[in-house]
Amino acid sequence: MKKYLGLGLTLAVLVAAVAAPWLTPQDPLRADFVASLQPPGTPGHPLGTDQLGRDLLARVLHGARLALFIGVCTVVVTAIGGGLLGLVAGFVERWPSAVLMRLADVQLSFPFILLALTINAIVGLGLRNIVLSLAAAGWVVYARVVRGEVLSVKQRDFVHAAAALGVGRARLLFRHVLPNVAPSIIVVASLQFSQFVVAEAAISFLGFGIQPPTPAWGSMLSESRDFLYVAWWLAAFPGAALALTALGVNLVGDWLRDTLDPKLRV
Amino acid sequence: MRRYLAARLAQSVLVVLLSLTAVFGMVRLGGDPVLLFLPMDIQAKDVNEFRERLGFNDPLLVQYGRFMAGALRGDFGQSLRYRRDALGLVLERLPATLQLAGASIALTLLVAVPLGVLTAVRRDTLVDHLGTVATVLGQATPGFWLGLMLIYLFAVQLRWLPTGGSGTLAHLVMPSIVLAAFFAARVARLTRSATLDVLGEEYIKTARAKGLAEARVVTKHTLRNSAIPIVTLAGLEAGQLLGGAVIAETIFAWPGLGRLTVQALLNRDFPVVMAAVSFTSIVYTALNLAVDLAYGWLDPRVRVSA
Repeated sequence: MKKYLGLGLTLAVLVAAVAAPWLTPQDPLRADFVASLQPPGTPGHPLGTDQLGRDLLARVLHGARLALFIGVCTVVVTAIGGGLLGLVAGFVERWPSAVLMRLADVQLSFPFILLALTINAIVGLGLRNIVLSLAAAGWVVYARVVRGEVLSVKQRDFVHAAAALGVGRARLLFRHVLPNVAPSIIVVASLQFSQFVVAEAAISFLGFGIQPPTPAWGSMLSESRDFLYVAWWLAAFPGAALALTALGVNLVGDWLRDTLDPKLRV
Repeated sequence: MRRYLAARLAQSVLVVLLSLTAVFGMVRLGGDPVLLFLPMDIQAKDVNEFRERLGFNDPLLVQYGRFMAGALRGDFGQSLRYRRDALGLVLERLPATLQLAGASIALTLLVAVPLGVLTAVRRDTLVDHLGTVATVLGQATPGFWLGLMLIYLFAVQLRWLPTGGSGTLAHLVMPSIVLAAFFAARVARLTRSATLDVLGEEYIKTARAKGLAEARVVTKHTLRNSAIPIVTLAGLEAGQLLGGAVIAETIFAWPGLGRLTVQALLNRDFPVVMAAVSFTSIVYTALNLAVDLAYGWLDPRVRVSA
């Protein structure tokens, strides 16, 4: 039940993102002051329009593109960066492991959202910088999980056997250890994905990250605050889209964890 | 126990020193740090004078030493906007944040822990399913959206609560719900799974077999044993409340540390940002330490093995 709901929601968001230009003929950036703040159900504007008369449905659908794009980029960057660091630290142990664990302690001494927000305010706005800020604040989870998994996998007999057969260290790490920690990486990625999407929206909501007029859910919600008394739909729909995305991805993540790696705690 | 305490304490001190180092490094991520420390009303021709005056022309190591020496004495410089001691501003806002965090933690413990226990004891009944739906939704709902929807419902439509600000108990209701929502959902889920683990133990069977009332089995024999993972998570998550406060306080104009940090970032008042971020990190590290020590107190095995 949870599995199908999760997959269904995730698929729906994916379709909305990919097919946004075909699902609605409206341009998410085209302003029409005559038709501003129209309520949902207005002909031609199923979800209504915003303060500049832009079509809300088009903006929400295009927002899905941006949210998923940022989520995917961040997850890929953190999985590769954090995963490699964890892999090396777990495999080599000694000082790389100690350094990584201290780094992780430091990183974890800042609340995630505060760290991402501060880094973003320093490095600047825009798409690339929001991905980098989120990645800089989020890589540590992969590094810790992967390190822990590598520490346990490399004690297993098949690794010892491969080493005894004279397999080189790099080949041992990437051909024998990595495939066995891959499920954990996938599970962490799926659980982190919605955190990144929500964090991006939160940062844009607070006035950093993605700036108007780009249709990002967070900055749309931020703008909607000024119209809460007259236009509830401006706050309701982008937020609902964000919550449903997070819900779908969370459920998929839970399901993946239960099937691939039930013992994993993140 | 004493050696364990000393080791944990030393580790925490190291983390604090490294975190301050990270804050020092962070403001240099964007390139030229002097741009973050200029007063509001400065002219372009005076930038170099300020660079010299603020010491950004010194070798990096000297700058680092000066920052650390200042930070350890609680001196992060003057706020560019308020012309006052940056850490003083932070500490002034602390009580409001503590009040909000305290209300959220109380709300969480009053709602989430009983809910977790109830759904575990009534496993696979309607109560359990409803509880699971509530926690899954709670985890997926972004706090700032929940905040906007609460404002629309309770302030705009029903006019029961103020939209923001502080002063009365009514002002505290919505911000603490927003701050508690995500936290409570996680605590409820964990309480459920921890309680289920314990309910499967042999000593619970024994307690039931000797005819103890179910209420006593749950409160005395189960809850005491499931408390360890719950306390650990609650402690770690309580630190994340400081991050969540950034959002909840901004939405509801709550005059706490989180709102101060966001305003300082928007105003590019970086002495205040550095003071606030460093202070948050120190509080967070202290909380982690407290959780670990509480762990040792709750579970004697931790003391012995450490």
